[in-house]
Amino acid sequence: MREAMNPWTFVVAAYVVGLGATLAMVGWSLLSMKRAEKRRDSARKR
Amino acid sequence: MHGLANPARFLRIARWLMPLCMGGGFVLACGALGWGLFFGPAERLQGETVRIVYLHVPAAWLGMAGWMGIAAASFTELVWRHPLAGIAARACAVPGAVFTAVCLVTGSLWGRPAWGTWWVWDGRLTSMLVLLFLYFGWIALSQASEVSEGGQNRAPAIFGLVGAVNIPIIHYSVIWWNSQHQAPSITVGKSAMAGAFLWPLMLAMLGFTLLFAGCVLARMRAILANQQAEARLRRKALSDAW
Repeated sequence: MREAMNPWTFVVAAYVVGLGATLAMVGWSLLSMKRAEKRRDSARKR
Repeated sequence: MHGLANPARFLRIARWLMPLCMGGGFVLACGALGWGLFFGPAERLQGETVRIVYLHVPAAWLGMAGWMGIAAASFTELVWRHPLAGIAARACAVPGAVFTAVCLVTGSLWGRPAWGTWWVWDGRLTSMLVLLFLYFGWIALSQASEVSEGGQNRAPAIFGLVGAVNIPIIHYSVIWWNSQHQAPSITVGKSAMAGAFLWPLMLAMLGFTLLFAGCVLARMRAILANQQAEARLRRKALSDAW
């Protein structure tokens, strides 16, 4: 007997992956920008 | 475009444009996903799994748009030697690769309940997977070029242009070949989608596009800042040596 798949399992998994990857990418972009600009500013002060 | 060749002028614009794109994109994307997830209808045949469309389609569009960004920047770098073109290409690479991967994973999660399989080697899916590998190759080549020749190597730009041939293959794959993947629902001037699905989808595409643009601008600022820091430290080391 084949059990019916719960569609919400796949929907939730897709949203977790999609939103998680997007937020991680946005966070990484902002962090790398802040770190690089801080490094540039401290190089200017030397 | 040549007005933006001056890094200082570009940074002045990016300083206010980046948060605008990020903030606007975040609000629109969240609104669209909330609309599609909680208020949008289920589809007659696919049921609730159709809600994955609000992530899958924007991710696919941005995966392809990211490579078109690399190709356009590569062309600008090779033809006009625009000083920011190489930086723009590098800034597009990681966000484009991330969205391509999201497209493949969400597509697989949609395909299992809809088609009964996680994966098929048809034209659309295979060419999208090729795009992901192209991204990995481009990122590796660009980093190697940066380390070995200070970014003067034109190989990443040529690779970016040649790889662009995959984009029309992805787009037309569902028309040229028998494919498990459905044919385009949205074309220029018309749509086969009902409004209840189309409006949140358009909103999601706009929101994610703004987020993508914000990430590209943030990455360009980061790459420029690193280059400026390196140049200053090099100048200081040389003057100290004297």
